[in-house]
Amino acid sequence: MSLKMPEVDSAVLARRDRIVAALRTIVSGEGVIATEREMKPFESDGLTAYRQPPMVVVLPETTEQVAQVLHYCHDEGIKVVPRGAGTSLSGGALPLADGVLLGMAKFNRIREIDFESRVAVVEPGVTNLAVSNAVADAGFYYAPDPSSQIACTIGGNVAENSGGVHCLKYGMTTNNVLGCEIVLMTGEMIRIGGKHLDAGGYDLLGLINGSEGLLGVITEITVRILKKPETARAMLIGFPTSEDAGACVSAIIAAGIIPGGMEMMDKPAIHAVEEFVHAGYPLDVEALLIVEVDGPLAEANDLIERIEIIAAKCNALSCRASTSEQQRLLFWAGRKAAFPAAGRISPDYYCVDPTIPRGKLPFVLKRIREMSEKYGLRCANVFHAGDGNLHPLILYDANRPGELEKTEEFGAEIMKLCVEVGGVLTGEHGAGVEKRDLMPLMFSEIDLAAQQRVKCAFDAKGLLNPGKLFPTLHRCAELGRLHISGGKLPFPDIPRF
Amino acid sequence: MADVIKPGDAKEVEDAVRWALGNQKVLEVAGQGSKRAIGRPSQTDITLDLTALSGVMLYEPAELVLSAKAGTPLSEIEALLDQNNQQLEFEPMDYGPLFGREAGQGTLGGVIAANLSGPRRIKAGAARDHFLGVSAVTGRGEIIKSGGRVVKNVTGYDLCKLLAGSWGTLAAMTEITVKVLPKAETVATVIVGGLDDARAAQAMAAAMGSACEVSGAAHLPDHVASCFDSLPNSEATTALRLEGFGSSVKHRTEALIALMKPFGQVALLDEKNSRALWRDVREVKPFAAESARTRPLWRISTAPGKGYEIAAAITPAAQMFYDWAGGLLWAAMPFADEPDAASVRGAVRSLGGHSTLVRAPAAVRAAVDVFEPEQAALAALSKRVKEGFDPKGVLNPGRMWAGV
Repeated sequence: MSLKMPEVDSAVLARRDRIVAALRTIVSGEGVIATEREMKPFESDGLTAYRQPPMVVVLPETTEQVAQVLHYCHDEGIKVVPRGAGTSLSGGALPLADGVLLGMAKFNRIREIDFESRVAVVEPGVTNLAVSNAVADAGFYYAPDPSSQIACTIGGNVAENSGGVHCLKYGMTTNNVLGCEIVLMTGEMIRIGGKHLDAGGYDLLGLINGSEGLLGVITEITVRILKKPETARAMLIGFPTSEDAGACVSAIIAAGIIPGGMEMMDKPAIHAVEEFVHAGYPLDVEALLIVEVDGPLAEANDLIERIEIIAAKCNALSCRASTSEQQRLLFWAGRKAAFPAAGRISPDYYCVDPTIPRGKLPFVLKRIREMSEKYGLRCANVFHAGDGNLHPLILYDANRPGELEKTEEFGAEIMKLCVEVGGVLTGEHGAGVEKRDLMPLMFSEIDLAAQQRVKCAFDAKGLLNPGKLFPTLHRCAELGRLHISGGKLPFPDIPRF
Repeated sequence: MADVIKPGDAKEVEDAVRWALGNQKVLEVAGQGSKRAIGRPSQTDITLDLTALSGVMLYEPAELVLSAKAGTPLSEIEALLDQNNQQLEFEPMDYGPLFGREAGQGTLGGVIAANLSGPRRIKAGAARDHFLGVSAVTGRGEIIKSGGRVVKNVTGYDLCKLLAGSWGTLAAMTEITVKVLPKAETVATVIVGGLDDARAAQAMAAAMGSACEVSGAAHLPDHVASCFDSLPNSEATTALRLEGFGSSVKHRTEALIALMKPFGQVALLDEKNSRALWRDVREVKPFAAESARTRPLWRISTAPGKGYEIAAAITPAAQMFYDWAGGLLWAAMPFADEPDAASVRGAVRSLGGHSTLVRAPAAVRAAVDVFEPEQAALAALSKRVKEGFDPKGVLNPGRMWAGV
């Protein structure tokens, strides 16, 4: 592992036995895991290139236990890494050798479903899909649907501000969370928001969403649930070039249509997926769009007709609309299986997720193809076309010396390009350890210091998930210092009235 | 009379804040000042007038994105979007008329700083949900940026959310990027007559729990219904808005009428009356009339199912109506100097939510918490966040809470 993590505190490691014993007084029985063999499953998350066994794993069951564990670690100066289902693709839950890994899997109950106010109150370890399933009988669902929704937890979704294929119309996690209970590193418990819209005071909820486990440990979440649309129909539209597909996406939006989902795949991705899932994707096209429209049947049918006309004008080679729910799900099954499909045609794959202004798509795809040749690595592209969130899957073999390094370089070059064209490093996977060192591509020292002061307001000792998100660690005291320049009016030209 | 500094660009905003830091001065951060009377009254030495930072910098309709300088008039942005059949989907409300000012004032920066939204909040979100990127000058006199110009972005902490609704207490925003969306092809409103507040809450819950995609749900009790000219009569009215493509609105209107029949007398407002009604709801028209303007006004956000219970805990002499399917309660108290904070705040504490004393004489706002008081640990956290951005308290100090 070439990654530089915070220096290991040898004094903490030397006290390991005492620390484990103390944690056992808070969480009894199997809730504290300290043997090498049993800790093995926790040593990495979805970013498997990096592994690190933690000092000890703690699996609390109550908010009170979380508070006591954090309070104890705060007093003792012990680092803590929170973990949901461990599906992070950016190493957000990568353990620290001298840190407690705080697994939230036992917080797996749905506490309340309130159809009158259309919210569900859930514990963070509940899976994304389980929320939708719990309200499905009444015809409701939880909108954000990351592809890992069978496994990923709501707590992790909040920490990463997860997206999914329906973001353009229904928003990301942050737009669908109304409240949460968090425990700060000091052990203090705080409730933000609730069942109402727009929490009063500063929008700390907006900060918690996407904070990558650095601000607090989430112990309860209130999410909005929505009534399922009456119908949803998906279309498969094939194009001779990705430029045509990109133009079609823009034309659909220009026509005032915001589809429930709009995904694009390039030829290598289409072929990989079709061989795996047999979703009926056309193989003779360079780019494929999956467009889903939802609403009353009359609306869905109307929109499909409008989109068919737009697609034809954009040189579509083929256009099929699903005629049954089964077929709609099959159309999606291909897209949702893109990652495992890549895993089938290559020993390893690596995915980055920058977002770009949609208009830059043809240019960026062309550059990615050129990079693919330069690095001698295949790359399949799937992406959320509606919102410009790319997912280039770089195929490599970790057993070949140097290939992982080359792959990471390729990924970094893609991300640099995306920032250059006005995009951002990550659309939904988070910075974690993976993109941590690339943050200066987007942010100045001053920008990053402002973010780190937010971290200091929540965790002044910097004990919660250090080594993630920020390329360099600064002490809060140092960040807080104020250097005042001037004393005289330095702007004589400013009009004063 | 307070002095005014009117910087012409971000660098001059930075200079102004540094000057304030160096001279122990306190700035009032303002756009057009249309919401100046909201918040705790606080002493400032000089007004930092951001209206010279004006102009749309980028607008790409096909990308659904617009960037503008923070002092750009909202009316200018809305007119530009309208030309392209697009809009700010969060439907920012207009506080102006509540304070006796003309409608249609305010800047984009003010919309974001107050995290405004309108009746469509229940479907489309608030300003915060459409706020993609920002440049701002913090109270440390430093220019920072956060976010970007794309809708899907999790790079770094979402400081945009933090600045939305921070009332200029953390940073003076200079550039703002927002998501814009297509306007609906048409609109219709289903109205149900004669419901009491509790029954109206049930009707709105049924509508919101249907697949009709209701984009506005208000209950206007009989004591305020006559203020809405677009209603056919002055009995209590529960109004449900449907927007979208014509074919879809027609279908959903039929479905919603069928769903509402068991609740009471159902009627339909046409497109013209619909637009007028929802504009009046958005502008809180009953309490903007001159005769009502001395009444202290509360804005209470709560669970949609709890709004009418909170209303019941407030004095019957108050005038009230509900937006957000019952989750937003506007309550105008009977006497100018008596906001009755104890009963409002008590009800909010026991039933959940938060309340803001939007309008009251300055002396009252100095004596009563304007924003919902926070639990001790949360209040301490908010204070630490403020200190991170503005350690010397040079930007709108005390506007939200004393010492913040």
